[in-house]
Amino acid sequence: MQIEEKFEPTIVAFCCNWCSYAGADLSGTNRLQYPANVKIIRVPCSCRVNPMFILRAFQRGADGVILCGCHPGDCHYTTGNYYARRRMTLLFSMLDFLGIERERTRVEWVSAAEGAKFAATMNDFVATVTRLGKNRRLEDLRCKK
Amino acid sequence: MQKVIREKAIELLRSGKVDRVLGWKEGEFFYDQTPHLFLSPEEVERTFVYNGFSGANLSKYLVKEGLKEGVVAVFLKPCDTYSFSQLLKEHRIARDKIWAVGIPCEGKLDIELLRKMGIRGIKTIEEKGDELLVSTIYGEKTVAKKDVLAERCANCKSRKHVLYDELLGEEGEVLDSARFDQIEKLEQMTSEERFAFWQNELSRCIRCNACRNVCPACTCEKCVFDNADSGIASKAPASSFEEQNFHIIRAFHVVGRCTDCGECSRVCPQGIPLHLINRKFIKDINAFYGAYQAGENPDERAPLTNYSTEDMEPGDVFKKGE
Amino acid sequence: MKSISLSNLPELLSAIAAKEALYLPVDTKEGAEYKAYAEGDSLSLACNTNRSAKDFFFPQVEDMAAFKVEGKKIEIIDVRKETEDFVIFGARACDVKSFEVLDRVFLADPVDTFYKNRREHSTVVALACSAPEETCFCSSFGIDAAEPQGDVSAWIAEGRMFFKPNTQKGETLLSALSALLEESDGAAVEKAKEETRTIMGQLPLQNLPTEHFKPEKLMEHFNDPKWKELSQACIGCGTCTFVCPTCQCFDIRDFDTGNGIQRYRCWDSCMYSDFTQMAADQPRHTQLERFRQRFMHKLVYYPANNEGLFGCVGCGRCLAKCPISMNIAKVMKALGGDK
Repeated sequence: MQIEEKFEPTIVAFCCNWCSYAGADLSGTNRLQYPANVKIIRVPCSCRVNPMFILRAFQRGADGVILCGCHPGDCHYTTGNYYARRRMTLLFSMLDFLGIERERTRVEWVSAAEGAKFAATMNDFVATVTRLGKNRRLEDLRCKK
Repeated sequence: MQKVIREKAIELLRSGKVDRVLGWKEGEFFYDQTPHLFLSPEEVERTFVYNGFSGANLSKYLVKEGLKEGVVAVFLKPCDTYSFSQLLKEHRIARDKIWAVGIPCEGKLDIELLRKMGIRGIKTIEEKGDELLVSTIYGEKTVAKKDVLAERCANCKSRKHVLYDELLGEEGEVLDSARFDQIEKLEQMTSEERFAFWQNELSRCIRCNACRNVCPACTCEKCVFDNADSGIASKAPASSFEEQNFHIIRAFHVVGRCTDCGECSRVCPQGIPLHLINRKFIKDINAFYGAYQAGENPDERAPLTNYSTEDMEPGDVFKKGE
Repeated sequence: MKSISLSNLPELLSAIAAKEALYLPVDTKEGAEYKAYAEGDSLSLACNTNRSAKDFFFPQVEDMAAFKVEGKKIEIIDVRKETEDFVIFGARACDVKSFEVLDRVFLADPVDTFYKNRREHSTVVALACSAPEETCFCSSFGIDAAEPQGDVSAWIAEGRMFFKPNTQKGETLLSALSALLEESDGAAVEKAKEETRTIMGQLPLQNLPTEHFKPEKLMEHFNDPKWKELSQACIGCGTCTFVCPTCQCFDIRDFDTGNGIQRYRCWDSCMYSDFTQMAADQPRHTQLERFRQRFMHKLVYYPANNEGLFGCVGCGRCLAKCPISMNIAKVMKALGGDK
């Protein structure tokens, strides 16, 4: 009998300290399920994430990268996520232009009260990336085990 | 035009208005001139050239020149004035030490295109109206200038000087260029095709850093890619990732500051069309946040240091076509 | 002399490729480049490739060792692999000469085993130039483009390619191909050589001044005030050093893969601000010093240590590729021209 090996993607989620990280926490306390593939990195604000973070995550073996922050207008620092929004819009468009699958990157706004949205977003993103398969176009072979 | 520019340079030096003149010095051949600081009228008389191959954008040298004593005169083509203006906006140049002379430009020629036509062993080149008379070891050739026009000039965005102290010749207009056509063509490809296209291009990169070092927008005192403590410093594209990484990060760092002068592609020894990456960002900015031309208006906020509450979501970029 | 009709050249190439790995210059949309032979590739007749042939022996990036860390144990892994035999077909006289320049660095004590390994497994078929370019100045360094060295010398004349073995390796290669080759006299070759030399004589840079770059003039050249003017436009990129067939500086770096360390070496450039960066500092602070280093190395230091052999072979790549068109020809004229 052949055992089919199921592809388990590695997902890196950058979560802002004030909303999305708390949202992830809430989904945990509410016992909502989201896949263990998601590795959360806490950042002070979504605008702390620069393009290098995203690319580094891919280099080090991520198959998908998602950035979560406060809803526009709700930023703890008033305007951080507005800047992040512009940057990520341009960066993701560029990655797509270079032929990197557009489904591997995503931005989602998740507030501290949206535990359910956090879990749903992660479930959906993991499913999307699983369908895509391994990240081959932005990988660093030296980092593969 | 060379005569007029030389005379102007000599006049500026003689009158004591400037101490140095930044221009192009003739080389071994017609096409290999070097940016040069002229210190005396005699030197200008002897070796100053301005012709179809005076492509180098001199504005970046002003960062260094502005730190020296005295005033330097510089000759700027229309597209160079955008870089100059942008550098001033970023407070990289001491304005009072620069005397900027705007000079007209009919479009610069690309020696690589001449070579690609199989023209080798060039002894002399003569510009005659719309034609080039090329004399080689292997015979004479006549080439239409438009056939060897550099890509950036064939798609010239503007013949207008945005900033200068004095102007030689007539002022031109902002042009309606077709510079985004190739971007659109790439956008219409499938993701796989685009990936293959860029792999083919970027895999030739030898990381000589010419694109970065020549770029008027790349004026960091220490580049992150040279900083061993940054964790991403690398002197060679040791993996395909690093090829992509370098060019994405570099292009991203000049978003909203790149004036599309095309120097990156001109200097690339491997012929990689690097300007396409920068142009894609410019096209996106225009489409997403309204038309913006870096270097044009010193008072305008750059797209990435600005925002609107109504901005589109990153995911919306891909929704249009669906 | 052995020869083959040019129309049969594809068969010869595929016969070599069947025996061992074959690399040859082929035309691409951005000029000629060396590549591994694939069926149907044809030999480029361009005077030179964009990148030099040093890549074959001294690649831009090369793994040297790997480390695996488990708990307190560190395992060192030797990543060297046995190199396969390979043929470089169609290298020009300048590039072939560059191997000699590199040999004196890498094969001198202590021997660079990575380099030596590749060198020993290679057979170089050198092709004489028939259409030199204005940027060529190999003759300034006593290289005859019509008489290339290498394991086998080759010429194209009158629709045929002629071969002459120079070494045991060359003999072996030609005898393995003898079924495809015909015996012929060398009259056509002599004529082709003459033609090439005539063209070489017309090149603008064929006679650059070299006699001034003597060891005893070292300080004079070092302190020459002309360096300031020559180097002032240099943008400090590494183009000249990376396209150069004889530039041999490298850096050794460790890459943290997340599950171990990969130690690799890669080309470095004396034009870079972080070249020979040490804990305290780097010795050359200004672009003038870095610029001077490159040309002093090629024209004075290297010959002083190698019986007068110059560290430049006159291939002309830096002339064609430098973003600001400042190059060794201009430097030689400025420093040695009017003295």
